[in-house]
Formats: sequence, C-alpha cells, structure tokens
Amino acid sequence: MAIPKLDVFENNSRLPLPIEKKEANLYMSFIYVAFISLFIGGLMGLLQVLVRSGSFTLPWGIGYYQILTLHGVVLALVLTTFFILGFQYALMGKTVGMSAKQRKVSWLAFWVMTIGTAMTAATILVGKASVLYTFYAPLKAHPAFYIGLALVVVGSWIAGFVNWRQLYVWKKDHPGEKSPLLAFMVTINMIMWFIASIGVAVAVLVQFIPWSLGYAETINVLVSRTLFWYFGHPLVYFWLLPAYMAWYAIIPKIIGGKIFSDSLARLSFVLFLFFSIPVGFHHQLTEPGIDPTWKFIQVVLTFMVVIPSLMTAFSMFATFEITGRKKGFGGLFGWLKHLPWKDVRFLAPFIGMLAFIPGGAGGIINASHQMNAVVHNTIWVTGHFHLTVATTVILTFFGITYWLVPHLTGRTLTKEVNRLGIIQTFVWTIGMTIMSGAMHIQGLLGAPRRSAYSDYGGSEQAVEWGAYQMAQAIGGTILFIGITLMVYIFIKLTFFSPKGEEEFPIAEEEENAPATPMWLENWKLWVAITVALILFAYTIPFVDIIQNSPPGSPPFDWPIGNS
Amino acid sequence: MHLHKFEKLWLLSGVGALALFLVILGFGAFYLGTHPQSHGITIDPANIEAEEAFQPENLGLTKVDDDKYIVNVVATAFNYDLGVDEDGNAVKNIKIPKGSTVLFQVVTPDVVHGFNIAGTNVNMMVEPGFISSMEVEMKQSGEFTLLCNEYCGVGHHMMFATVEVYE
Amino acid sequence: MKSGERNYSGSNREPSLKGTLISVGVLGLVIVISWFAVFALFISR
Repeated sequence: MAIPKLDVFENNSRLPLPIEKKEANLYMSFIYVAFISLFIGGLMGLLQVLVRSGSFTLPWGIGYYQILTLHGVVLALVLTTFFILGFQYALMGKTVGMSAKQRKVSWLAFWVMTIGTAMTAATILVGKASVLYTFYAPLKAHPAFYIGLALVVVGSWIAGFVNWRQLYVWKKDHPGEKSPLLAFMVTINMIMWFIASIGVAVAVLVQFIPWSLGYAETINVLVSRTLFWYFGHPLVYFWLLPAYMAWYAIIPKIIGGKIFSDSLARLSFVLFLFFSIPVGFHHQLTEPGIDPTWKFIQVVLTFMVVIPSLMTAFSMFATFEITGRKKGFGGLFGWLKHLPWKDVRFLAPFIGMLAFIPGGAGGIINASHQMNAVVHNTIWVTGHFHLTVATTVILTFFGITYWLVPHLTGRTLTKEVNRLGIIQTFVWTIGMTIMSGAMHIQGLLGAPRRSAYSDYGGSEQAVEWGAYQMAQAIGGTILFIGITLMVYIFIKLTFFSPKGEEEFPIAEEEENAPATPMWLENWKLWVAITVALILFAYTIPFVDIIQNSPPGSPPFDWPIGNS
Repeated sequence: MHLHKFEKLWLLSGVGALALFLVILGFGAFYLGTHPQSHGITIDPANIEAEEAFQPENLGLTKVDDDKYIVNVVATAFNYDLGVDEDGNAVKNIKIPKGSTVLFQVVTPDVVHGFNIAGTNVNMMVEPGFISSMEVEMKQSGEFTLLCNEYCGVGHHMMFATVEVYE
Repeated sequence: MKSGERNYSGSNREPSLKGTLISVGVLGLVIVISWFAVFALFISR
C-alpha cells in the first residue's frame, strides 16, 4: 500500500504556506532568546578558557564554576531548545499551517519557558546554583534553579503538543496523503523529546524540588543520575535532529537539487526515535551500582543509533553527487565543483557535516563500554561535544538563521551579510579546530573536564597539559570573535537588512521518485516500539538499582559555596 | 523502499564494523572480565567506618602479597584521604612497583567525586552509598596525578594526590 | 501506487554514486582507525 504521490505532486498547491506577521513574531521571539543566550553563554566560555590558561583571574569574586554552570545551562539547554522550537514552529507553519488558537497556546509555551529560564539564570548569577548543568545530587542548588528548569521543560512540552495538533489538523484536512516530510520530522523529534524529558521532569519534580525545599530529607543519588541520563542522551539527539531536518529537506533546495529519498529520510528519523532513548547507561559506564551486563546491552543499543547517521551520511553525499551530475559535472569527484561554496546557507551547514565525521567517531569511542575508562570525564569529552553540538549543530543553525530570520522579518540576505557569514564560518572552523583538537589530545593524556586552572601540586602531567590549555584559550578567543560576528549578523538581518522577500527553501522529491510507503506513518506502532525498547533496556536494571539502594543522601550546599 | 546498491554495501560494512567493535568489547568484558567499574556493594555514607577497609588505620597503600597491593581511599570535598605516615602527616604520595596488581577501593561520605589516575585506566565514579572498586595491573612506570574528575564543588580542582609507579 | 515504482525502474536506472561510495568509505575509515587507535591506548595502559 503506497500513497499516490504523483497526483499530489502535480497539484501541489499546499507547499509552502505563507507565514503571517503574527506567526513570524512568535517564531522570532524564540530565536531572540536563542541569540541572547548565545552571546551570554559565549562570553562565559571565553572567560573559562582564559581562566584555564592560568594567566587570568576572575574579578569581583565571580566563581569559575558559577560561569561554567551558566555556560552549560544557557548554551546546552536554553540556546538549543529555544532555537529548535522556533525553527520547528516555522517548519510546521510553512508545511501544515498554524491556527490562531495554536498560536496563542504557543505563546504560553514561550512565556513559561522564558520565565523558567530567567529564574534559573538569576539563581546562577547570584551564585546560588553553581552545580553545573547536570546538577548532580547531592550537591544542592537553591530550589528556584530546579523550578526554573522544570518550567523550561514543561513549556517545551506545550510546544510539542501544539506541533502534534498542527499535524493532526492537517491530516484530517488531507485524508490519505502522507504528511509533509518536515512536519513528519518535527513530530518525531517532539515525541522523542517528550518521552525523554519525562525522566528529567520526574527527577526534578519528585526528587530535587521536595528535597531542596526541605520536605524530603534525603535523595537517592543513583536513581536521580539514572533519570538524568535517561533524558541526557536523547537530549543530544533533540539537538541533532533539527540539523538533520535541514540537511535532508532544505540543503538539497539550496544546492539546486532534490531530496535523495523521502522514505529513507523518514526511516532514519524513525530509527532515531527508537534508539536515542534506551542508551543512557553509556554516560554511566564507570559508575558503581549498575549491572555491567545491562551497561553492555545499552552499549549495543547505542551502536544501533549510529546506523541512521550512517544512512544520513550516504544520503548527503548522494544528494551532492546526483545534483552535480545532473548539472553536467562528471568524474569521480567533479560533482564537488558545482556546490555553492560561496553561499553561506550551504557552506555553514556543510562544515557542520564535516565536523560530524570526527564527532561521530569520537562518540562511538565514548560509548565503547570498558574503553570509556580512557576518556570518561576527561576534557576529551568536552572536545567531543564541542564538535557535535557546538559545530555540527550550531553551524547548521547559523546556516538556517541566514535565510530564516530575513524570511520572518521581511528582509533579505544581502551579498555583504553573506560574505560576513562566510568569514564567520571560517572563524568558527579555525577556532574550533584549535580548541576542540587541543581538548581531544589533552583528554587522551588524562586531563579532567569541568576543572578550573590547577597545577596539581606542580606535577609533570599538569605542566604538559598547560600547553594545550593555552591552545584552548587561543581557540576559544577566536570562537568568541565568531560569536560576536554572528550576533552582529543576526542584528543586521533582524533590523537593518533591506526589505524584501527571502526564500524559505524547502526541497522537493524527484518527479519520478518512488512512492513513500504508508507504513512509515504508523505513529502508534513507532511509539509502541520506542516504549518497548525503553522498558526492555531499563526495567530490570532500574528495579535492581531501587532494590539495592544505599541510604539516601542529605543535601550538600557548602561545597558550592552556599551555607 | 528502495536502497541503492552502494548504500546497501555501505550500510552492511558500517554495521559490520560496529559489530566487530562490539565483539572485541564483549570478548574483553565477558571473557577477560574487563567490564568497566560496576561494583555493587553499598555502604551507609554517614557511617563509612562500618566497613573495615575505610577505618582510618586501613586507609592508603597496604601490601598484601608479593606484587599485590590494596589502596583504600576516602574521597571528601576536597581531599583524598590516603591515611597518615609515621609522623602523623597526611599521605599525598603513594609509591607502587611497576607490574604489581593493585585493588583500589574508594568511598565518599559527602558528594559525588571522580577517581582518576590520569593517564591510566583507573577511572571511576565515586558516589555516596557505594564502594567503587577496581583491580588493575600498573603497567607503566612514571609519576601520575590522582585527581577528581567529577565536579564536587568550589575546591574540585584542588583535589589531587600523586601515584608513583617505579621500576 | 504501482505507477511510481514502474516509472522509477523503467525510465531511470540507478544513478552513478561512485563518488558517494568513496566518500562514505573515507568516513568509515576515519571511524575504524580512530576507534582502534584509542583501543590500543586502552590496552597499553
């Protein structure tokens, strides 16, 4: 059973839908918060690399771990989530439309999240929550920190519910048609996000908030960590999938090609839904109290989630090659010549794709069970996610910004801004190569992550590490220049670029592409398999953790300077 | 759904490589016993001395046999307690002969810590309520830094000691 | 519907993707080499 694709394609009057001014304001609000976060978080990053170089001390009694907490929360949780929701809303608005009521509910999501963000950020800024963005118990932050985080998560759920409703309404109006590819992808990502963030929501609402308020005397540390990482790994796929949306369904349009395979793109997203969540133990490989056999089972499941990324890599290269050959560029690699290297909408995400090659390779190493002991909690890990999230994902998001922001503000991407964007991309690439490269090597030498400058009593190893920390300071400074440039570009695109109409690029399928099988839209089945995999991977070890629990831990606030 | 023949080839070799990694890891973990640290013995964090190994006189390095040692450690914010020397000073440096087998046992009475002898495979999380434990052969000589690699508070980066492995 | 599939296999043979195969092959090599490099480090330590 397949959908009669060709007929639909012929009278394809539904794509793309116009975005009204009121909708555009909503989408832009999310993106404003994202860019404010980028600047604040980036500034914190700059301060960190300078402190770690050993030649700079923070003024006014500001603590290293205070700025590290702010850096992590504001970039990893706030920037990403706000940008993703803004972008995904725009994709939904463009492909399936948004009603006035849906828009109002979405504003509720925005304000709940923004108030939560402000609460959490303020608590960190006054120095009451230097617990880092993972907030591991039994370190105790001020309750406002946890309440703010809970609001961010709950707000994002509201956004997810609206997205599902948008697709549901569209499907009712278009019986028998497959949902637009981008709407399908957004829906998958929000299902994954919802199922995953239940874990952290339970930890925060049931464990952390009562315990930090004094209603519960102790907390079960291992349970809280297990719930956190049940959420923590799909979190990184929640960042990555919007980048994949752009790679699969937007980049082909920018390079003048077609979607390589609509069904394979959908299949890879379904696989991400299945295998992103039941894998959290690979962040807990060196922890006591978890059965090593179950750790290994989750390692196997982690390796399964590599497969859709292998599919994506093939699809990307194939899109480039097919498009190039159609334009008449032959030879084994002649097709590389046709790619629009001078178009920043392509160049930035492309560099992001390249960064995912070492990023992905490093990820497989991290998840390799006993081998994790080589890299666990070393600065290699920091180097790793600065390639994946801070290069692959963020450069793709920048690539999206260049056309999405002017599209929403009724302006255009000028040649001048395009050139600035290309410079920005190079600055980022150079800065990150230096910083992340130095972090990877220093990590293999054993240097820890999440640590302020220390000479470790003048040890030889610490002296050896010093050179790499100096390199990170140089790379980090270059990256901060890149951030400043990007914020300038954002302001320019939002307020000053010439008025006009910027294209919202959405790629189409080949006219003779094979039909997408109907079974790919079997949402109930996908959710059922996802839940079954989670129950398989977690039930026995989780019951085991609870049954063999040690006495709980009281809150500790003096180690973070509160008492 | 249609797969290009090259994509089939690519996915098969990719999955093959992943399977090879898993076979190597699984062989090491299940046959040679090199699982990552997963010790399941619990302890009351408020009363760690209930366990004999963590009574003050048993902390630090103990030789149990030729080339066999035990190192018992209490990790607190922001210190590793490795016992005291003859003069009553806190031990901050332990010396182990190369090639010896060492059992590390670590607990914490307060928050989560890391226990990493930088540049070796001794890398464990230390969590309140559990004994973290692993046995390793010290294969390489040199001076290594034992350090906390999980954030434990404002003095986290000042939490270290040295481990000397001599020929 | 069948028409789509027939159309595909009839008028349009598989596109040449040699460059793609080599590109992903290089990507695969990066993964395999870096994995074994860190594995060697793990074994030697």
